[in-house]
Amino acid sequence: MIDFSVILAGFGGQGILSAGKMAAEAALFEGKEVSWFPSYGPEMRGGTANCSVVISDEPIGSPVINDADVVICLNQPSAEKFEASLKPGGVLVIDSSLFKFAPTRTDITFIEMPASDIATELGNMAFATISMLGCLSKQTGCFSRASFESALYEVLPERRHKLIPGNLNAFDKGAEYAK
Amino acid sequence: MAQKRVLMKGNEVIAEAALRAGCRNYFGYPITPQTEVMHYMAKKMVQIGGNFVQAESEVSAINMVYGAAAAGARVLTSSSSPGISLKQEGISYIAGAELPAVVVNIVRAGPGLGGIQPAQGDYFQATKGGGHGDYRNIVIAPASVQELYELTVEAFNLADKYRMCVMILGDGTLGQMMEPVAFRDVEPIEVYEKPWACTGRGERKEHNTVTSIYIDPDVLEAKNRELQDKYAVIEKDEVRYEAYGLEDAEIVITAFSTCSRISKNVIRQAAEMGIKVGMIRPITLWPFPSKIISDTAAMPNVKAFLDVELNAGQMIEDVRLAVNGQKPVYFHGRMGGNLPTQKEILDKIIEIHNGGNN
Amino acid sequence: MAIVFQPTEGLTKKPLHYCPGCNHGIIHRIIAETLVEMGLLDDAIGVASVGCTYNSYEYFSCDFVQAAHGRAPAVATGIKRTHKDKVVFTYQGDGDLASIGTAEIIHAAARGEKICAFFVNNAVYGMTSGQMAPTTLLGQVTTTSPFGRDASYQGYPINVSELISNLTGAVYVERVCVTDYKNIMNAKKAIRKAFEVQLSGKGFAFVEFLSTCPTNWGKDPIEAMDWLKEKMIPQYPLGCFKGADVDFTKSDDNEEVKA
Repeated sequence: MIDFSVILAGFGGQGILSAGKMAAEAALFEGKEVSWFPSYGPEMRGGTANCSVVISDEPIGSPVINDADVVICLNQPSAEKFEASLKPGGVLVIDSSLFKFAPTRTDITFIEMPASDIATELGNMAFATISMLGCLSKQTGCFSRASFESALYEVLPERRHKLIPGNLNAFDKGAEYAK
Repeated sequence: MAQKRVLMKGNEVIAEAALRAGCRNYFGYPITPQTEVMHYMAKKMVQIGGNFVQAESEVSAINMVYGAAAAGARVLTSSSSPGISLKQEGISYIAGAELPAVVVNIVRAGPGLGGIQPAQGDYFQATKGGGHGDYRNIVIAPASVQELYELTVEAFNLADKYRMCVMILGDGTLGQMMEPVAFRDVEPIEVYEKPWACTGRGERKEHNTVTSIYIDPDVLEAKNRELQDKYAVIEKDEVRYEAYGLEDAEIVITAFSTCSRISKNVIRQAAEMGIKVGMIRPITLWPFPSKIISDTAAMPNVKAFLDVELNAGQMIEDVRLAVNGQKPVYFHGRMGGNLPTQKEILDKIIEIHNGGNN
Repeated sequence: MAIVFQPTEGLTKKPLHYCPGCNHGIIHRIIAETLVEMGLLDDAIGVASVGCTYNSYEYFSCDFVQAAHGRAPAVATGIKRTHKDKVVFTYQGDGDLASIGTAEIIHAAARGEKICAFFVNNAVYGMTSGQMAPTTLLGQVTTTSPFGRDASYQGYPINVSELISNLTGAVYVERVCVTDYKNIMNAKKAIRKAFEVQLSGKGFAFVEFLSTCPTNWGKDPIEAMDWLKEKMIPQYPLGCFKGADVDFTKSDDNEEVKA
């Protein structure tokens, strides 16, 4: 049985909430139960943003995550805050293009990936979070690359389908950082 | 025939469900965490030629609801706790004038301005009246985005059927979360004639009036008896709940909405430890599913109840009335916008299993 | 024999409960007559408020909705948005409209809600027995200003018509009284014009009626009429504050609406 949870966190405007939604969409495409729950309220504007995504074979209980399998962070305050939310054996992924971080926990897998550099190289900053989803997919198998691709075709309006190859490229580059 | 599952936010699903139920009137005022209902309506209602008015206050919004309902329309307003307090005046008038209306409360933590995170602290307000006078609202507590859809459609049918306010009691979790939802191709809309509505006299000989004022005590008492008779029918016919693993349960959890979801996972964990836990999840908070709770309390396998809520213990009063001393009723609650973890609830179950002395 | 006067079919046969000398009866009658004369009775939906006229729905023979205290403009908004082809009007007193319902009336006007608000100002709370109203005159004795309204203690009266006329959404605002034949006819013209505004779909129409409350003023009906003319009119001058020159029966007059 799969019962998988991931927290994505960073500054508002980095595409955290949409990346979380894309992960949920990809898992939904596989027929999984999914939930997506955002931080909401005053911190939405300019401050930190985060969302919790749960993927499961069974109906989902709480969409709020206490023990995450994976935490993906695009800023330092989020890494400091959410490192503690990981299960033993969980995975912490950070965008090492943006900040340096030294985990205090020794019972987790730590992945530093230059997500923003990958995005800059590909010419679209929105690809930073997409590359991190690639890493997530490869590292955990919580959804497949094929489902991600199908979900993109389903969710993006037709006029934006031309962006899909770029998205997949970012996804693949991110996958290389899986351990 | 259900359509394919799409990922949608709870608040947006409420709005979509209302539109599918034939509601063409929305009046509201912004408040977190329900504003996406408004955003959705602001766009869609205008596109389909319905009415969307951002009122100057919740007080005004509920009175616009009152007006549209009096005029015979299906009508929706949505808000969150502090805003719902402001709407209570209008809800009492809606009860008195016997108008059909659907009110959504995406509950946040109180009292006062409180916080904006999920809570269930408005249970008393929703189920025991809220405004002045002897009246009831049908109160529905969906537990998933799919249920938000189905039960919102149903709320409009019930409102028209009984000419009263139906309240959807959600919380910040349900409103803000995205989950898959499968819409039906055709909605089960029940159509009720509204010969009492103020539509302009037209061909009618007599003019229609909608009012809640009855100065003569005897007339008002008779009016109140009519209301109570109606409520008695609802208590008989409209109770809804989900029962889960009661046959061999040692401990029975009572929880609604978000708490019931978390508890379901706990039940699986407890089973792995050899503790049999069942659950009764009220779907209608009023009318309250007292009978199933009372009957369950009489079952010899059941040793205790555990009531789980996002408040200091509100529904537990109705649970205790139904259990009526047959078995102990324990409580676990979180407040301030926090949700209980599975572990917290499981610990409580273990404590009760081991002879609990709470 | 020729019939020269008879009850209007715009009112029911129920006897009015208002006090002797109260102007509500006259105002009810001319609104009802106007609805009949304009052929609107079957299309009209009124909204009653809280105060002496809480049960005006028993007197008018068109459809009527009773509203909570001060909320009539919001209720009327809900009705009008539902039935855009009907004629919707509120009937409100000064406590209702100018005190507890200020938000509702201001915003209905600001939205340019296509309704008519008929505002009856008698400078006092009638039904609850003579308390100070927002429109109570300076120096006026009421049960809650027993030493006379003192500006330094109780503030100043609100001139609602002047206030409303500042809002772009309000396209016609007039203050009238019904103390004599000439004024009654003038008031009736204002009512007709308010309904014409609504039929034109150009916005919000507001008519303020200065009115008497002999019972709570402690005056007989004649004295009350005189007091209205001598004391109230100086504070609340009669006249049209907006839309005077506009013929709302012409569809191309939209441009001419001025503040």
